[in-house]
Amino acid sequence: MVKMLLVDDSRTVRLVGRRIMDKFGFEVHEAEHGEDALKVIRDHPDIDAVLLDWNMPVMNGLDFLKALRSLPLPKQPTVMMCTTENDMDHIMLAMEAGANEYIMKPFTEDIVRDKLEVVGIL
Amino acid sequence: MDPSDYEFLSNFLMKASGLNLGEGKAYLLESRLIPVAQSLGLSGIEELVQAVKTMPTPQLKTSIIEAMTTNETLFFRDKKPFNELADLMMPKILEAKKLQRKIRIWCAASSSGQEPYSIAMQLKECIPELSAGWNVEIVATDLDNQILAKAKEGQYTQFEVQRGLSIQMLMKYFEKNDQGWQIKPEIRNCVTWKQLNLLDSFNHLGQFDVIFCRNVLIYFDTDRKKQILDRMAPQLPKHGYLVLGGAETVLGICDSFNRAKDYRAAVYNPAHAGIGLAGTASIRK
Ligand SMILES: C[S@@+](CC[C@H](N)C(=O)[O-])C[C@H]1O[C@@H](n2cnc3c(N)ncnc32)[C@H](O)[C@@H]1O
Repeated sequence: MVKMLLVDDSRTVRLVGRRIMDKFGFEVHEAEHGEDALKVIRDHPDIDAVLLDWNMPVMNGLDFLKALRSLPLPKQPTVMMCTTENDMDHIMLAMEAGANEYIMKPFTEDIVRDKLEVVGIL
Repeated sequence: MDPSDYEFLSNFLMKASGLNLGEGKAYLLESRLIPVAQSLGLSGIEELVQAVKTMPTPQLKTSIIEAMTTNETLFFRDKKPFNELADLMMPKILEAKKLQRKIRIWCAASSSGQEPYSIAMQLKECIPELSAGWNVEIVATDLDNQILAKAKEGQYTQFEVQRGLSIQMLMKYFEKNDQGWQIKPEIRNCVTWKQLNLLDSFNHLGQFDVIFCRNVLIYFDTDRKKQILDRMAPQLPKHGYLVLGGAETVLGICDSFNRAKDYRAAVYNPAHAGIGLAGTASIRK
């Protein structure tokens, strides 16, 4: 079963995300910000994929991504940024930091499904 | 809706565009055609039918047909046909065309352009040798003039560019502007656009190495499907390919094509390769 971590400070976004991931039959974990997400990764080092917001309190998505990529995990998860930042500069920055995909909010179920297919998770 | 109006519109759509409405689609007619009626200052379906009967101007007919046909599409739809185009079809085509060095691909119902542009991007990405002296022409046709105009612009919303397109392809081949994202001229210039009703003759388009005819035959009844497929076969040379949509087949409809071996997408070769015998019974089985 695919283990998915949703990182977003908005409860609503996590709820919508969870509903979509439930449909795909994924095991879903949630975190409210980057630091929270690092804890989840420590407890579940076999997380397959992360849907990652950018702007969050405590630790933002980009900093989390950099921290994640430097962890000695058996297998690095696939990371899809999921943010309202939708200009080339932001996209470039995230890709350079090791993101695999990039979703520009607002997202729909179709978009999430297509993107998961693009990265080979679905 | 009055049953006679339903019958009239259903016959009209069948004749004009081949659209096979069938029964029990009154809700669809109403939801699509009431806005058309209103935009013409008419009260509803009844007056619209009256207008078609008394003054069937080309504009009136076109706006009804365009409102009824579904334009839904996305980039790299179903993925497989595009991968197999690059991995399996192109090596054969490059070999067959090594003297002419000219390749022609036809997208027979291109809608808002995602399909022909996906073909262009796929070829750029996967077959770099094409840039060395090969002439590649992608001809995109559709019945709907309005959607063709949009396709030609290559301008897409944030929603559209996230459907089927990887972020790497988006960054490489699109430019962001105030309205959304526009495909770059290097890809836009690979495609030529023409208005074409598949029920009309298309032999003036000439021969193609590949025909993409995806998710449009579903609108036609069996006779019209057969008629279109039989006319497509002679447009393909011996090494040519016909690509249909994921849920489509020629099986039980016509004998002009054989399923291509080793393909997972719905890919066919002409049964009577380029010798103008399309429509007669298949000799190869
Ligand atoms: C669902 S789209 C398919 C787009 C694309 N081929 C794909 O598979 O994603 C169907 C298209 O067929 C076009 N169409 C419908 N009837 C047609 C006809 N008689 N001749 C040519 N195009 C037609 C519509 O205008 C629409 O753009």
